[in-house]
Amino acid sequence: MIAALVAERCTNCAACVAACPTQVFEPGPTAPVLARVDACQTCYLCELACREDALWVNPDDADASHPPLDVLLASGQLGQVRRDHGWDEPFDAGQLDDYRLLGPLLNEGAEIAARRYAEQG
Amino acid sequence: MIASVIVRSDVLIIGGGMAAAWAAIAAAETGARVIVVDKGAMGTSGVTATGGPGHWWVPEDPGLRREAVEKQAAKAQGLGDPEWMARIIDLTWRHLPTIAAYYPFGSDGRGGRYVQGVRGPEYMRALRRFAEARGVTILDHHPATELIADGEGRIVGARGIVLATEDAWEIRSGATVLATGGVAFRSGLIGSHTNTGDGLLMAVEAGALLSGMEFSISYSLSPAWASTRTLPYYAARFFDTDGCEIDVPPPKAGHAHQQALGAAMDRGPVLADLSDAPPALHGLLRRIQPLTVAAFERRGIDLWRQRFPVRLFGEGTIRGTGGIRIVDADCRTEVRGLFAAGDTASREPVAGAVSGGGAVNAAWALSSGRIAGVAAAREAQATRSGAYAPASGLGRAGLRPRRAARTLDVPEIVAAAGHEVHDYRKAFWRRADQLRNSLEVLDTHWHTLADHGRAEGRALVELRAAVAMTASARWCLAAALDRRETRGIHVRADVSRSDPAFARRLLVGGFDQVQTQADGPLAEVAA
Ligand SMILES: Cc1cc2nc3c(=O)[nH]c(=O)nc-3n(C[C@H](O)[C@H](O)[C@H](O)COP(=O)(O)OP(=O)(O)OC[C@H]3O[C@@H](n4cnc5c(N)ncnc54)[C@H](O)[C@@H]3O)c2cc1C
Ligand code: SF4
Ligand code: SF4
Repeated sequence: MIAALVAERCTNCAACVAACPTQVFEPGPTAPVLARVDACQTCYLCELACREDALWVNPDDADASHPPLDVLLASGQLGQVRRDHGWDEPFDAGQLDDYRLLGPLLNEGAEIAARRYAEQG
Repeated sequence: MIASVIVRSDVLIIGGGMAAAWAAIAAAETGARVIVVDKGAMGTSGVTATGGPGHWWVPEDPGLRREAVEKQAAKAQGLGDPEWMARIIDLTWRHLPTIAAYYPFGSDGRGGRYVQGVRGPEYMRALRRFAEARGVTILDHHPATELIADGEGRIVGARGIVLATEDAWEIRSGATVLATGGVAFRSGLIGSHTNTGDGLLMAVEAGALLSGMEFSISYSLSPAWASTRTLPYYAARFFDTDGCEIDVPPPKAGHAHQQALGAAMDRGPVLADLSDAPPALHGLLRRIQPLTVAAFERRGIDLWRQRFPVRLFGEGTIRGTGGIRIVDADCRTEVRGLFAAGDTASREPVAGAVSGGGAVNAAWALSSGRIAGVAAAREAQATRSGAYAPASGLGRAGLRPRRAARTLDVPEIVAAAGHEVHDYRKAFWRRADQLRNSLEVLDTHWHTLADHGRAEGRALVELRAAVAMTASARWCLAAALDRRETRGIHVRADVSRSDPAFARRLLVGGFDQVQTQADGPLAEVAA
């Protein structure tokens, strides 16, 4: 669940308010408010929308707690998925150059399981 | 209800996933005025946005295409339609590359572009920008709550709620496309929170029929704490908490794989061990699916070396095939002025009795979207009129209760629908007596909703979602009861063989009395 909005980083641009599919955020005077955390679907898409890397989603879909702020800021996790996606990179940055390997790797995994099962009899 | 905002368009598209976006783009290309309303936000809501749809992809070679259609028709187990298959292969091949100005296609490893598989968030961002560039009006956080019809039963638009203000809206349209996705019954399946079956509900209220709702048994394996994409788990081994390995047939075994996992999870926690996963995946997972990596990294778990608990997340009709019955080559429903596309429509023409996940469903969503968009635009032009004809709302349960309105325990009702459809025991070993029990439970909830349900604003949206999920669950289970055989992903523990007499589609509809009937010219299926 969405767990942290780091106020000191937030510019109140409201990109997260617009992006969240379940309207978890309400506009606020200095930063959006996490108004409906119960509706959060743990999709991380607000993190992609936040150019200031001010949001942190707890990977547990039933847990809205977060580590202490200093730990979070030092963790490198703020903005990690946005950087990994190459979300704000130019289109020729190669952010999807390995994407074609999804299918082959999936099939390879399935083959490994099938072989192992056959060998075990 | 008096709507506070009334707008007019040629084509109204309800939903904001890939099917809706392709419908909007195609309709706008004909010059039509197009409005999209999404319960969430077009770009982030729906299962396209969190997924990574690989599209059915067959080059323009008549031999290859014939072969692909023949193979798929065999898989469809008698319920597919080769003409539709050939059509969606062709439309997908021609149109997917047209997003290039908005999507950063990666390399195909041979100096070209890799087109057929696209990453969800980037894909939906691209489709939104493409639609905006075509002049489409996109209204985010504007869920539709009911369709409206003129005196002759023709759909002339919809009503809904502006979530930000909780005001009501009404949009008048020459034609309307339902593209609200499938229904996952709030299982927690990645991206599916807004996929509550609203389109199925609205369509049946208007007089449409559904088809293939019995093919709704499909699950995603994920860590127990959240649904992710499934790429890392294909080579997994499984253990109980005592460290004993569980006998699970490989993923290629399909139903038997999920059934064995379901049985084990029914007994107690199941741990996955990914140490057999392809070594190349270790480095590449982050490059391919960054969000899957985050689900582990943020818990301090090394997914390749540490065992972790897993669970199956129900996919309902999403990677099943059931939905609104399409009656012609233009994606019309039985109701005049109403079209359906994507997971909201039955995908039996292209997937038959098996899951369309993995390539066919995405090709269907793109193609049915484009087909419905063009046809709706054409119909809107033909029926354009100056004045607003009087129209009435078709919504019933949740909007117009039959008896005194009462506050209902909506979360409990939603949970019951999910439980009756997705509970492992019930779903993997479907039996007539069990299906009847489930229907009885849900009938009670249905009558409560229809008799007493009423709400306003945001609460109305959630109440209508509960109505839609309860109705959808009953349609799934009634169809499962009346298909007295095993076919594709519909597996009956009490009738384990396919019966040639059932090699036809099964239609379902109705509210107080849920009814099924055989589709097509074949003899009727007795209830
Ligand atoms: C994890 C996962 C992986 C998949 N991978 C593949 C694959 O590799 N290949 C493949 O072919 N298929 C795949 N599928 C299936 C494929 O993703 C779907 O078939 C496709 O995305 C459906 O698109 P859609 O537009 O119909 O629905 P969605 O993308 O779900 O969109 C539905 C939209 O309707 C909106 N909505 C709902 N109710 C209302 C309402 N009342 N008013 C307004 N809007 C509403 C929702 O907010 C949402 O935006 C996968 C599915 C999942 C879950
Ligand atoms: S997107 Fe980030 S910076 Fe913008 S309002 Fe939200 S949290 Fe603040
Ligand atoms: S994780 Fe998804 S649902 Fe939750 S707040 Fe962020 S965008 Fe909204």
